[in-house]
Amino acid sequence: MAYFVDQFVNGLTLGAVYGLIAIGYTMVYGIIGMINFAHGELFMIGAFISLIVLLLLAQLGVASVPVAILITLVLSAAFTALWGYVVERIAYRPLRGAMRLAPLISAIGMSILLQSFVQLVQGAGQKSLAPMITGRVVVGELDGQPVEIAVVRIVIIAVTLVLMTAFSLFVARTSFGRAQRACEQDQKMAKLLGINVDRVISLTFVSGAVLAAVAGLLYTVYYGSIDFFIGFLAGLKAFTAAVLGGIGSLPGAMLGGLLIGLIEVFWAGYATAEYKDVAVFAILVLVLLFRPTGLLGRAVVEKV
Amino acid sequence: MKMSAKKALAGVCMLALLAGATAARADVTIALGIPATGGQIAALGAQAKLGAETAVAAINAKGGINGEKIDLQIADDQCDPKNAVSAANQVVSRGIKFVLGHLCSGASIAASDVYNDEGVLMLTASATAPDLTERGHPLVFRANGRDDQQGSVGGKFIAEKFKDKRIAIVDDKQVYGQGLAREAGKVLAAAGIKPVYVGTINAGERDYSALVSRLKDEKVDVVYFGGYHTELGLIVRQARQAGLDTRFIGADGIAANEFWSVAGEGGAGTLFTFSADAKDKPSAQEAYAELKKGGEPDNFAFYYYAAAQTLAKAIADAGKDPEKVAEKLKSESFDTIVGTFRFDAKGDLVDPEYVVFEWRDGKYAPTKL
Repeated sequence: MAYFVDQFVNGLTLGAVYGLIAIGYTMVYGIIGMINFAHGELFMIGAFISLIVLLLLAQLGVASVPVAILITLVLSAAFTALWGYVVERIAYRPLRGAMRLAPLISAIGMSILLQSFVQLVQGAGQKSLAPMITGRVVVGELDGQPVEIAVVRIVIIAVTLVLMTAFSLFVARTSFGRAQRACEQDQKMAKLLGINVDRVISLTFVSGAVLAAVAGLLYTVYYGSIDFFIGFLAGLKAFTAAVLGGIGSLPGAMLGGLLIGLIEVFWAGYATAEYKDVAVFAILVLVLLFRPTGLLGRAVVEKV
Repeated sequence: MKMSAKKALAGVCMLALLAGATAARADVTIALGIPATGGQIAALGAQAKLGAETAVAAINAKGGINGEKIDLQIADDQCDPKNAVSAANQVVSRGIKFVLGHLCSGASIAASDVYNDEGVLMLTASATAPDLTERGHPLVFRANGRDDQQGSVGGKFIAEKFKDKRIAIVDDKQVYGQGLAREAGKVLAAAGIKPVYVGTINAGERDYSALVSRLKDEKVDVVYFGGYHTELGLIVRQARQAGLDTRFIGADGIAANEFWSVAGEGGAGTLFTFSADAKDKPSAQEAYAELKKGGEPDNFAFYYYAAAQTLAKAIADAGKDPEKVAEKLKSESFDTIVGTFRFDAKGDLVDPEYVVFEWRDGKYAPTKL
């Protein structure tokens, strides 16, 4: 039982990171009906910016871990948001109204561009960060054994929960959220009613990038080893999570992320680590076969 | 001084050229396959050359091979398989029957195909890829450890020091790591130790928390890990985060500073096998004094010195027929400056010497366990 709890927490941690990235995919899809394949790269850039800021802060003598992480969070989110804005501005906006395939190909090009850029300026090797948050807390007892959870895992899960809640409220309650949902439903109508659609789409990319930056920071602090290629697999898994939960659905992305994390860890923990990615993607295939709209997705009515 | 030595050498070369056929017939010519040019790796080639030349000079000073002097000729492969093939063809066209080298694994494998077809015997003292001797070439020998032989050394160490502990074996499913884990497992099985967990990981991933929880659940004390520092660094980091103080034992793939920067302080106590330092051996001191005249020698110089000794001894005993020399190499043992060499049926060194090192404070040193 303790083993189960242990693996469950492992899965939650991993799933939290996937969920944060998945929100970016699902929101962009919701508003312009396009898969932003460069989103995984924004996560990677967020991780790199976090690492650079953390190392700089350590150089400057910022000894308090929470302060360092908070400053990094703000800076990484700001810079990654800028990247998100620029990517949308130069790679997608000029293609608005073009055939559906054009922005998709542009996205793949952007993904390769960002990867190669980071590879060139940062080198292809792994960059590492010594463990910052150590220690564990005992949360209870099972079978006479104490159940411990690493503090860093609690931080990751807590940050993710807070962010997801805040973000859901943001979309549900604020005027930007309303404008965003309006654009999702009918862009032309929204424009007629005086909503600046381009601005809303830009902001959607920016908020997705902010969440990806947070995921990048958590990833860097937890694993302590990043390279220019981490965005690829993490992006693919997060995309799978978004589709599993129902692409376009915000709670779906969160649920999908958690499920993917749990499937991966339980597969590796109870079966074999060898085929865990196969398990994840097999589930994606099954969901698409039997429930094409995903777990929480609504059936899309084709507008004629 | 240097100048005159060079002039003298040039003179000797001229004489050798003039003497031509007659000299070649009287001498034993051995080629040395190394990267003599071409970037950073040429520095290692220079070490091998230093070792082989010093050994040949010492043997020639004592009368050579049954009275015949050894003539060492460089075959430059630039550590590149393609160049190694053309270097090997040149060796063959010059009628040379014995080769020391090549230095690099890839170049050695490529060149060995040529040598095998043409009946040339080769003895490397640095190529570690198991593949070199796995393809059944009867004239290929290696005077150093194979990647996977370290596994049995690691296994033996566990069997001796951690006999009553709960052992696990984990590898990364790649040629190097799998070979290590398989050999370690064999030794443990022979010692009657049954691992409580045997598993694999996917190289290149970041999240090994499932493995860590598994090790925790099985209450594993010692893990033999076949793989590289990138993955082990992450595993150790995640293990320490989860409160697991298992000891990890790997091989020379762990001898990289990046291991410490990812694992952090939790990496302390991690063990790995690595080649013994030849400098400290009493048997090598006389040669060390000679080698030092050509600059500070490293292990490559010592091992190529030893390989040259071995080859010279085998030719002295068996004559100049490569096949007879090969039989000799496989049937006898050879005393060299770095220890006694014996070769198995594949041409690999039996029981290459490895030392167990331990990580502590960001550095590694031979373990005191």
